[in-house]
Amino acid sequence: MAESAYFPRLAIRSPDIGNSPRHSAAVRITHWITTFSFFGLLVSGIAILLAHPRLYWGETGSVGTPSLIDLPLPFVLVGQSGWGRSLHFLSAWICVLTGLFYVLSGLLTRHFRKNFLPEIGRSETGPTTYNVLQRLTYLTVVFVLFPLMIWTGLAMSPAIASVFPAVVTVFGGQQSARTMHFFIASLLVVFLVVHVAMVCLAGFTSRVGAMITGRGAAGKEHA
Amino acid sequence: MSQLRSRRRLITAGLATAAGASGLGVAAALASRYGLIPPDHGGIYGVGETLTYAAQRLLMFHHPLAREFKPSQISKVFPVNGEPPGSEIYQQLLAGGFKDWRLTVDGLVARPSSFSLADLKWRPSRSQITHQACEEGWSFIAEWTGLPLSDILTLVAVRPQAKYVVFFPFDESWDSLDMADAWHPQTLLAYAMNGQELPTPHGAPVRLRVARQLGYKSVKYLSRITVTDSLKNIGKGLGSISPEEGYSWYAGI
Repeated sequence: MAESAYFPRLAIRSPDIGNSPRHSAAVRITHWITTFSFFGLLVSGIAILLAHPRLYWGETGSVGTPSLIDLPLPFVLVGQSGWGRSLHFLSAWICVLTGLFYVLSGLLTRHFRKNFLPEIGRSETGPTTYNVLQRLTYLTVVFVLFPLMIWTGLAMSPAIASVFPAVVTVFGGQQSARTMHFFIASLLVVFLVVHVAMVCLAGFTSRVGAMITGRGAAGKEHA
Repeated sequence: MSQLRSRRRLITAGLATAAGASGLGVAAALASRYGLIPPDHGGIYGVGETLTYAAQRLLMFHHPLAREFKPSQISKVFPVNGEPPGSEIYQQLLAGGFKDWRLTVDGLVARPSSFSLADLKWRPSRSQITHQACEEGWSFIAEWTGLPLSDILTLVAVRPQAKYVVFFPFDESWDSLDMADAWHPQTLLAYAMNGQELPTPHGAPVRLRVARQLGYKSVKYLSRITVTDSLKNIGKGLGSISPEEGYSWYAGI
């Protein structure tokens, strides 16, 4: 197997290791469910935003009060955001449950430790391992940005705020949470763009194929 | 060997599927038994509505209060959506200062009654400064004064089989609450806002205030309240006008 050459520790060929997929089934399945639910969240999030594309800081904000940012978008979906909200929360449930499964299985299988934690003193990189920047980026997305998205999202819920007032007071108010929700979502979109760009640079077919089938066609790639 | 393994896998998968399916069945039966299924649970979005409603109802088992604020935090601007009802009867009541307005309370109650504005104001009131957010994204903080809905429900003696309280205004925007929100101490029949008579665009003479849900659940221009054990025969049976227009019945998120 060509992959083995990129894992110096696994240089001794054994059938099990040689056949071990580049991405585990858990990673592959959760990756694509997350992809679809993220797309649902993004589209519906934009629909919700277009009902009121102004951002505020603090507890309250409305037309007639000073805004933090007036996004250069029209107020087009007034009275039309119902489907956006329904799709947003359905996608959020799918995304959060998938994410929980991913994080739990990643901890149990030591996926994060093996593939994401930067390894001090080891500099080999290749098409089947991630460099330090990639590792830190994935760790940030999984353990900082997604949790903050969930947190700021829940902070906007009046029911959740009645159960855990701190979820919203820690941000200084419901409108602050809404504004942060927007900016963290923007960071995730930046991540998505860079992620897809790097997949294209590294060989779109083989990389996407590896995330679908688990088999990395490392030998055919330009490293 | 591999045949045996694949058979074992098949049996395991079959058992897991059966366990999963019966688990879902039991969960659905339990959820229904404990009132965790919203009236608009149908369709693909209904899955999300049900998960949200059930999860939030379970989290709020101890009936926590919505956050209340200091007078200094009251907003300076109080936007509204929508126009006051254009119906002749509402316009006449408005012109007469709501002296002839009555709030009818009927349905699954021992003592169906109707109340004038003076009747409501005579009863012990509650004032609270709470945050109201519109599903569109904007929000304000205001002080609301009124009598707790629970006071009226006690007065008319709600029957034990009651599951929902339905609110009919002078326009089409009817809505309903489950008993958890209906009995909640912050659920008000509000007749004053920021120490003044409730302004007409904010729902005069009396509006509902539901502190732990988004603004659209706080029905304005109230005319009649009905207590029921089923929402099936009201409108399209989805619990309020909102699902008929694409919005959720439950708006705690």
